Amino acid sequence: MNMYRVIAIIRKEFIHILRDPRSLGMAIAMPILLIFLFGSSLSLDVDHVPLVVWDQNGTHESREFIGRFTASRYFDLNGHVTSYAEIEEAIDKREAILALVIPREFSRKLESGRKADVQLIADGSDANTATIAIGYAQMVADGYTSSLLLKAADQQGAKRVKIPVEVQPRVWFNQNMLAKNYIIPGLIAVIMMVISALLTSLTIAREWENGTMEQLITTPLTPSELIVGKLTPYFAIGMLDVVLAVLMGQYLFEVPLRGNTALVFGMAALFLPGALTMGMLISIMTRSQLLASQLAMVLTFLPSFLLSGFMYSIANMPIVIQGLTYLVPSRFFIVILKNIYLKGAGFAIILTEAGILLLFAVVLIVVANIKLKKRLV
Amino acid sequence: MLVSNNSEYAVTVKDLEKRFGSFQAVNKVSFQVRRGEIFGFLGPNGAGKSTTMRMLCGIIIPTAGEATVNGFDVFHQAEQIKNHIGYMSQKFSLYEDLTVEENIDFYSGIYQIPMVEKKNRKDWVVKMAGLDEHRNSLTAILPGGWRQRLALGCALLHKPPVIFLDEPTSGVDPISRRSFWELIYQLAAEGITVFVTTHYMDEAEYCDRLAMIYRGELVAIGTPDELKVKYMNNDVLNLECLDPFGALQAVNGIPEIREAALFGRGLHLAVNDASSSIPIIIKALQERKLVYTRLEKIIPSLEDVFVSIIESRDSSAGL
Repeated sequence: MNMYRVIAIIRKEFIHILRDPRSLGMAIAMPILLIFLFGSSLSLDVDHVPLVVWDQNGTHESREFIGRFTASRYFDLNGHVTSYAEIEEAIDKREAILALVIPREFSRKLESGRKADVQLIADGSDANTATIAIGYAQMVADGYTSSLLLKAADQQGAKRVKIPVEVQPRVWFNQNMLAKNYIIPGLIAVIMMVISALLTSLTIAREWENGTMEQLITTPLTPSELIVGKLTPYFAIGMLDVVLAVLMGQYLFEVPLRGNTALVFGMAALFLPGALTMGMLISIMTRSQLLASQLAMVLTFLPSFLLSGFMYSIANMPIVIQGLTYLVPSRFFIVILKNIYLKGAGFAIILTEAGILLLFAVVLIVVANIKLKKRLV
Repeated sequence: MLVSNNSEYAVTVKDLEKRFGSFQAVNKVSFQVRRGEIFGFLGPNGAGKSTTMRMLCGIIIPTAGEATVNGFDVFHQAEQIKNHIGYMSQKFSLYEDLTVEENIDFYSGIYQIPMVEKKNRKDWVVKMAGLDEHRNSLTAILPGGWRQRLALGCALLHKPPVIFLDEPTSGVDPISRRSFWELIYQLAAEGITVFVTTHYMDEAEYCDRLAMIYRGELVAIGTPDELKVKYMNNDVLNLECLDPFGALQAVNGIPEIREAALFGRGLHLAVNDASSSIPIIIKALQERKLVYTRLEKIIPSLEDVFVSIIESRDSSAGL
């Protein structure tokens, strides 16, 4: 590989990019827009569950029980109702996902020491949210139950009663279980995969469409010089996009970056060559700008979103699909970024994933080189 | 390899073939191009001119046969060939969003022009292409003739001994064509071998030697004058008259006339023997009371030669 010729290609590509402000604007604005949109709309947290209550009992005890719900950040009390018809209406209008029905004999049963049932009605049309909301309700009810038990034991003059087993949950790395804290690092990986492939998908196809490739073929320029020369300026743009994305995570979404910031950029520098070459390979194979950009979009967007572990847990996928996820480079970049962001992991922890990213880049560059050579004849 | 590097031939081609699927684009073509000559490749569109040239430039790989350029084999030494040729395609193939200077700088980099020579070579190209006032203009705004000269300049930056021009003047106005050919003469005078394809008959006359290609086959080769003598089985008569259409009808029945075609304000008649045919034609014209101003044997044009060769090919092929 001759550096003189590589530099000539790099300079030419930079001029192309600078002379086309619309594309340059897209290359910078698109990741910002995508991260902003997905970052603000993609929230997997369930809190502020809308709740309606039918308090048939209407006593001090029943109000205390309801108070436990309204005091929790998980529930928003959206009003009282007095019939099942009203409950149904509230759920239909999406004013409630959960309805709590406290029966007439609630306080009487409690006083006499019998078991007091309450009814919980959930909107199953969003099964995921309903399941989580029911779990929260269970938790609130359990808390109320144990406080009653303790009080009863106290009154009976027993020695201080203690609950035999109590779970003390501590969530590490994301204490408040905020979804954005793990969505944003993953999102950076997914968006960078898509943008990188899109950026380079036009480059080789444009040379074919304009007839300039034929001219290049008659010069001593080699395929590897052309590929490296074309990757370099887009690598610079890609790194700029990563910087912007990290800044957005920091200041817009306030996601804590516990690890080394330099390590984030170092890993991005390892990830980008493979992702950029993927777009270039598509460009080499199609020789058409339109087809190449559409293919790049589909081939990176869908796997990165669905098969990378970003949206859906890989462990829950059918075994064949799990195998496929190993072919999705963003899968490994997501693990790397989450580890650095949330766990503050150092290089030793992410060594395997880093190695796989490097392998991706090398394999793709070699394949692109071979394909470009073959395409020239 | 057919020949060594210091041979008198810049290009040698032997039984060169190219098939695209079942289509035989180039069929067993053989010829040689001497150093420093302007070698023209003449033929209609789709005859295989560009395909042959592209095989010699390493853009496509031949299916069979042998060929060398500047002593290097096209099959095994394509990379060496690329350092010793300049190529200019019929389509403008520089970057339209780059300026004149940026395009030159780019190809200087690709051809590794040493730093000390770079400025000289750039000035030479700018001067040759007459683009001194447009050094910083985007090539997109340049007229066709200037673009072609710039493309030629970029292909000559590394002073290649052989240069391939694929229909360099297609889509260029006549005056620009003229000045482009003056450039080609200058290059040849400097010892550069110029291999040029064209379908303009007048341009073919400018070449030192010509090869005519038709349906993928080489049908004639020689200097323009040799072709006119060697491949013309007929004599050509020029008949100028007041009523060419009437004259055409009058001569159509004469068996000695093999072919008659309207040509300018008269007719071109292909006959077996001029001296015996002229009296017969005069007699036929007089019978119809047609006035003619001139009837004489002329040197056939390349177009006459080419049409004649193609017709004898087609008729022997039963087309």
